[in-house]
Amino acid sequence: MAAALELDGVPTVAVHTHVFARLARATALANGMPRMRQSFVPQPVVDRTPDQLRGYIEGADPISKRPFVQEVIEGLTKPLDQEDLQGLSFERTTPRLLEPDSSENLHRLFFENHWTDFLPVVLPTEERVERMLKGTKLPADKVVGRLRPAVFREFWEFTVEKVAVNAVMAGARPEYFPVILALAASGVTARSSSTNSFATISVVNGPIRNEIGMNSGIGVMGPYNHANAAIGRAYSLLSQNLQGGSVPGETYMGSLGNWYAYSAAFAEAEERSPWEPLHVQKGFKPNESAVCVFFGGWYTHAGYGPRATWQEKMRRCLSAVEQYSPPLLVLDPIAACGFAELGFDKKQKLIDWCAENARLPAREYWDNQWIQYLNRPRAVAGVEPYASRLRAKPDDIIQIFEPEEINIVVAGGETQGAWKMISGALRGMASVDAWR
Amino acid sequence: MAERVTAHDPRGYPPKVTGKRLASRLDNLERKTVYLVDCLFDNSEVFMEQLRQWFAARLPSVDARIIKPRQSWVDDPDMRARIAADGSAAILGVGL
Repeated sequence: MAAALELDGVPTVAVHTHVFARLARATALANGMPRMRQSFVPQPVVDRTPDQLRGYIEGADPISKRPFVQEVIEGLTKPLDQEDLQGLSFERTTPRLLEPDSSENLHRLFFENHWTDFLPVVLPTEERVERMLKGTKLPADKVVGRLRPAVFREFWEFTVEKVAVNAVMAGARPEYFPVILALAASGVTARSSSTNSFATISVVNGPIRNEIGMNSGIGVMGPYNHANAAIGRAYSLLSQNLQGGSVPGETYMGSLGNWYAYSAAFAEAEERSPWEPLHVQKGFKPNESAVCVFFGGWYTHAGYGPRATWQEKMRRCLSAVEQYSPPLLVLDPIAACGFAELGFDKKQKLIDWCAENARLPAREYWDNQWIQYLNRPRAVAGVEPYASRLRAKPDDIIQIFEPEEINIVVAGGETQGAWKMISGALRGMASVDAWR
Repeated sequence: MAERVTAHDPRGYPPKVTGKRLASRLDNLERKTVYLVDCLFDNSEVFMEQLRQWFAARLPSVDARIIKPRQSWVDDPDMRARIAADGSAAILGVGL
């Protein structure tokens, strides 16, 4: 927004906390305004008292070490020089091929350039990439999509061949390639820069699951199947490399990080589920293959059931979620069938029950920095259901999710009637068949 | 000597960056209207209020006004138009 104001003719200074300095400067550069005036205060601002924030204002900019207000005032009044007036235009290119080198040196280059997940990768040689491309009939130069690590960053574009390169690196086989292309085409990055350390969880449905040997049974969410592991890893690697990086401090700001970001893809156990599969719920035909991408992986609760006290347990879990990130429930078929026997003969009925029972006192709901940041402006603008939640008295118990925000997938090996409740907002869906 | 291998570059294609010029700066802030844009991050409202109070105490001729966009992370052309029409400068914070 600072760049837009400058273009409107308004001299502007953008204030950030100091941990975002590299990111803020990289963003200004990518916007063609590398000399954008930026000033910094210490992190954090959240939870600081008015007096502490006044201390920031009257103190030093932790980056320049000069008085903060002096930086701000000079940013608005110091005359521009020639470089400021010009901005900076440039074209960045990435070559198709790297300079030939030994395998050892190339592996080192990939590590040093942050092109890996710090585990060994398969070098994407011309032969291997050519072999991967045989996994689709689509031409290598077809544009698949665009990704970026955050809404304020620029989109990078990529082709079928570029996706193939990353699929090779992850150790994928050509028969997995349509699934990987569909994930790349979903428009959702698996390497978000969010400070909330969000990852993605990908669910695969339809005939492709069995054609490529994906796991929907024992250990479905663990490292026990090549297709699951390689597809999830490929999605992670392609996200970071095709969007222009996922480098801490520059293009990644997740405070705690997220294990799901290594690899998180699995198939739904459609044949063992008492309910219709996820992709059919979302409008695909049963004989179509599709991927659904959930953005989250932030919290995970777990339980068994449904036993006599299942409602109490489920309500406790639902009230303990982060209220800005709706739950994705993964039910083992034993648990799913147990719920069906209790009268939840459709997934939707259990989803509706969860939405109805995901409740918090209004004061707890609103005492969350992301709810304040994302939902409060909508509430103030009168957008429902946020406006009603804002009108509630502090101790009123309010519903925190709508049914359409909650999803259920059936997967697991039936060694136990277990379930997991994982942070996961459905952000993208794509046909796999379109990429065969 | 180790065998030399040719590998693909795994990165996508970045967009062309077009340089944009900054707006002309002010001679000074005396008797100017400066909009303090609360970017809606948690507690940025409190920060901006402290900044407004700082201007009131230290540079009282500056008319420092707090303004908020209608949503987080979304450009608000109406708000920008108001700043451009009524204001001389803007300070955004705290966040991106």
